[in-house]
Amino acid sequence: MNIANLKLAFRVLARRKVFTAISLVGITLTLVVLMVATAILDNIFAAGKPESNLDRMLFVTVVGRYSKDMSQTSQPGYGFLQKTIRDLPGAERYAYFTQLQTAVIYSGAQRIETQMKRVMPSYWQILDFHFIEGAPFTAADDAADRPVAVITDALRDKVLGPGPAVGRTINLGGQKYRIAGVVSRVPITRMSAYAEVWVPIGAVTAELQRATIGEYNGLVLAHSRDDFPALKREFNTRVANYTTADDRPGMETRSGLDTAFEALARPMLNNPANTDAGLVLRTIFVTLALIFMTLPALNLVTLNLSRILERAPEIGVRKAFGAPKRTLIAQFVTENVILTLLGGALGFIFTIIALAALNHTSFIPEAQFNVNARVFGYGMLIAIFFGVFSGFYPAWKMARLNPVNALRGGAL
Amino acid sequence: MITLNNIDKVYRTERVETLALQNINLDIADGEFVSIMGPSGCGKSTLLNLIGLLDKPTKGKLLLDGTHINGAGDRSLAKMRNEKLGFVFQSFHLVPDLTVLDNVEIPLLYRKIAAGERKKLALAALDRVGLSSRVHHFPTQLSGGQQQRVAIARAIVGKPRIVLADEPTGNLDSAMGDEIMGILQELNEKDGTTVVMVTHDDRFAQQTGRTIRLFDGRQVA
Ligand SMILES: Nc1ncnc2c1ncn2[C@@H]1O[C@H](COP(=O)(O)OP(=O)(O)O)[C@@H](O)[C@H]1O
Ligand SMILES: [Mg+2]
Repeated sequence: MNIANLKLAFRVLARRKVFTAISLVGITLTLVVLMVATAILDNIFAAGKPESNLDRMLFVTVVGRYSKDMSQTSQPGYGFLQKTIRDLPGAERYAYFTQLQTAVIYSGAQRIETQMKRVMPSYWQILDFHFIEGAPFTAADDAADRPVAVITDALRDKVLGPGPAVGRTINLGGQKYRIAGVVSRVPITRMSAYAEVWVPIGAVTAELQRATIGEYNGLVLAHSRDDFPALKREFNTRVANYTTADDRPGMETRSGLDTAFEALARPMLNNPANTDAGLVLRTIFVTLALIFMTLPALNLVTLNLSRILERAPEIGVRKAFGAPKRTLIAQFVTENVILTLLGGALGFIFTIIALAALNHTSFIPEAQFNVNARVFGYGMLIAIFFGVFSGFYPAWKMARLNPVNALRGGAL
Repeated sequence: MITLNNIDKVYRTERVETLALQNINLDIADGEFVSIMGPSGCGKSTLLNLIGLLDKPTKGKLLLDGTHINGAGDRSLAKMRNEKLGFVFQSFHLVPDLTVLDNVEIPLLYRKIAAGERKKLALAALDRVGLSSRVHHFPTQLSGGQQQRVAIARAIVGKPRIVLADEPTGNLDSAMGDEIMGILQELNEKDGTTVVMVTHDDRFAQQTGRTIRLFDGRQVA
């Protein structure tokens, strides 16, 4: 890509205003959709408060039980996690937490439905919630089975009104809980963190201790990503050796210690033992993006092809003065990439607007989508890819023009 | 410098086959100024395009500066066009999106030359054709004669040994035509550049060293 090519590209775009405008509309729309999707994925899978350590976190979210005559997949039970992720050698911390449960708060005559998680005390050390007031409940609270809760500021405002809340009580499902701390509300895209109220797991019954399946998720914090393979290997060994008293002969248990991305892939692919789940899901995402891009790309290809005739004399001249095919292809692909990058920049602006709209409507409750430099970077990469993808064929076609016909402004 | 042996050129379209050139034998020496004449449709442009490596002969041998061009690939043809040849067309063929200066720089874009040096060479070429004061204009802002002078600057900026001109004065009035002819003559006399020019004008043909006459695809003189 040289300066002369860039200068020419801008001049051509400025002179062919109708073509530029029509192309930009299509490119921008396409890229907005892809960038919004990228921003959403980024908000789920890239580290960010309170999942600042997401890059070092591994999850157990599915257990499968298989024998000759039955198969069953479900969320892990407390007992299964006890036997598989407690004190994994080399891990920094571990915690269990329940999936989201709907709980009801009674406040005077009011009945407020709220989203609750039961969590181990170590949960608060793996995730970095922003405490506005108070502190997390502790191991001592847990051991003594005290009814304590952490709530979000949004829930506090709804139930108790603004103002200090620590030490006050709320009636949660008919039981009084003392408020230990208040945290800033959490985006729903932070899967392991999101809830409105958090309480201790409470008394662990013998039944809970035995449970292979249940309503829990396991969370392991590694010292670094480099430890992932060793942790997964140890986890898999423990799963392979996992048995319970009521196991029938031939019963097999499968599960995985997954990154956030792999954890999403595993149930979608309905295969708890597939260790390449992340790769498969990534492939699916990329394929979807490609399919989505194809129609607008074809549209741009058509526009570009119809423009070839207009520019045939220029191609003839360049060939007559020694432009090799490759150089011409590079020139026209560069022009197309600059067009799609312009579309990308416009698309980014519209993406910010679209996400702000998503956050302000209740289309996705508790959404707090935002964009950052990384999303911008991905957006521009997508734009460049789109430019090459839609520019190459017309460029190749142009570069193949016979110079004599091209100079006469002739046909392809 | 340029040698054609038993050259045939056949154009095939869906319906018709045109024998545009038939058994052409030609030897043009280094430093010659040759004109090509003949009625419209007799194959003059076809001949010039073959010499200029813009098209390939259907039959026969073509040597340019001692190099066989039969079977040469895109890259080596492009390189030869870039280094050895300069074209001037009847309808100028300046790129409308580019300024005069950028148009003249085109042949240099396909060589390894720094931007500053490119500009210097292009300005020098424009100076030779007397257009130093118009370098930032666009082609549409110039008269026909001026456009053709830009085209000549573009043809000579890379200092090619051969300049091919296809009716360079065909779209110009006679005063402008004289100007263009003068520039080509100077190029031939001072620089020793080989010039091959298609023309309809006997006056100009007489000023060249030799005239090749075509009729119906055949060489008649
Ligand atoms: N690209 C082409 N396809 C088919 N026929 C062509 C093509 N170019 C030229 N011809 C034919 O070849 C003959 C010679 O054309 P040309 O070399 O352009 O003649 P001139 O330049 O002497 O007027 C004409 O009959 C013309 O119609
Ligand atoms: Mg002609």
